[in-house]
Amino acid sequence: MAYSDKVLDHYSHPRNVGSLDKNDPGVGTGVVGAPECGDVMRLQIKVNERGVIEDARFKTFGCGSAIASSSLATEWVKGRTVDEALKIRNTDIVQELALPPVKVHCSVLAEDAIRAALADYQKKKADHAVAPAPAEQR
Amino acid sequence: MKLPIYLDNQATTPMDERVLAAMLPWFREKFGNAASRNHSFGWEAEKAVEAARAQIAELIHAEPKEIVFTSGATESDNLAIKGVAEMYREKGRHVITATTEHKAVLDTCKRLEQDGCEVTYLAVDRHGMVSAEAVEKAIRPDTVLVTLMAANNEIGTLHPIEAIGRTCKAKGVLFHTDATQGVGKIPVDVEKMGIDLLSLSAHKIYGPKGVGALYVRRRNPRVRLAPILDGGGHERGMRSGTLNVPGIVGLGMACELCGQELEPETKRLTKLREKLWKKISSELDEVYLNGHPTQRLPGNLNVSFAYVEGEGLMMGMSELAVSSGSACTSASLEPSYVLRAIGVGDDLAHTSIRFGIGRFTTEEEIDFAGERVVAAVKRLRDMSPLYEMAKEGVALKDVRWTPTAGH
Repeated sequence: MAYSDKVLDHYSHPRNVGSLDKNDPGVGTGVVGAPECGDVMRLQIKVNERGVIEDARFKTFGCGSAIASSSLATEWVKGRTVDEALKIRNTDIVQELALPPVKVHCSVLAEDAIRAALADYQKKKADHAVAPAPAEQR
Repeated sequence: MKLPIYLDNQATTPMDERVLAAMLPWFREKFGNAASRNHSFGWEAEKAVEAARAQIAELIHAEPKEIVFTSGATESDNLAIKGVAEMYREKGRHVITATTEHKAVLDTCKRLEQDGCEVTYLAVDRHGMVSAEAVEKAIRPDTVLVTLMAANNEIGTLHPIEAIGRTCKAKGVLFHTDATQGVGKIPVDVEKMGIDLLSLSAHKIYGPKGVGALYVRRRNPRVRLAPILDGGGHERGMRSGTLNVPGIVGLGMACELCGQELEPETKRLTKLREKLWKKISSELDEVYLNGHPTQRLPGNLNVSFAYVEGEGLMMGMSELAVSSGSACTSASLEPSYVLRAIGVGDDLAHTSIRFGIGRFTTEEEIDFAGERVVAAVKRLRDMSPLYEMAKEGVALKDVRWTPTAGH
């Protein structure tokens, strides 16, 4: 199967590979997929006080399209608010990377990874808000 | 050194130029139909076909008359299995094979099951081997055929063909072997090994695609087959259809060359394989050899590189033409059933790469390949969440994963 130039570019020069501190309250971590299925993505976001995703990192076990999809996802979430990031759809990834039908599941996994990371962040935020002291009264 | 390097010699092989040279006259100048009995065009074609028959027979220690030409090993397997099942249906309707056979055998057996036959699929050990004892235990009074491959196409494992052949002889059961990967690579002797039917293919032994043969024993016992194709009654009625003279000439020459070079080539390929494995296993942790450590095809190395997905890895070493047991390389989305059969988990099956070393592979190419593999695996492990988790001591088996839909 021939890969698109964009997949090749992300595969050869992946953006934002690495890890963020998963215990940081501002960091959300999403791990999706399974080793038995041949792909696992871990996507992490760091959200600042203004609710903007200021950094993102990924590590992926998978084919070139899976690596490219997660690399692209980290690029796209950076600079967006949590709500904006939730609007990223797998179909956008398919289009951007020109993924063939057999590789659509890689984009689905990337969307799932974004959502899982955001959900983790939001859960942490909620826990954090409750735990130390009652939220300020209005 | 020319790139990319072809290391997929179990998929197919490049044609040897000596084979091509032997074939060329038979396309244009000598175009006769080998079945034309009344002019010189036919006679010379027939003579060439008979010479090829003798070349093939010599390689496997058979008689020329026992060679039936086909379009390739898939057809040979179909003809052997369906032909025996049909011809001996009064005697019994039970066939024995193993789970790691090629689809040409497995799917043919499934077809027999639809037609009312019973098929036993023997399990293999962790190296992919079936023992003669297991075959003996599976043989029943109504067993008509045992079909087991000489060498596995994915993991290279060699079955103990001689012992299995002896068992079948003792029990009076016909023995077919799909020797597509074995012929020309390992010594094959149909007499010594008690083989009654044997499939082979030209394009796996540096010959052309689209031609193969089935060895059919004529004495002790005389094997009879119901043909699949009806027609002009070529090949003693077992395979009708005008003979592919250039292809057959090529197959004959390919067999002759393999016979001449078998011993030195076995040594050379084994050395190259061991060199590549040593490079990989000494520079990378958590790499696993699939198949038997010694009882394997000289030119086959199948390795699982834990935490690195096979297709992603192939992309990272695009100068190497190899193949993977990962699901992603096939339309089926299922990882290799052969690896599954030897107990390799789906997680590791997804990380497997098959290196197929052949006649034209050089030591320089193997050295280059070793460097590329090690570099690509290291790079991808740095990107692999699984490798990081494993290094942190996380037991990956205990993690609750979230498989996506479609998987």
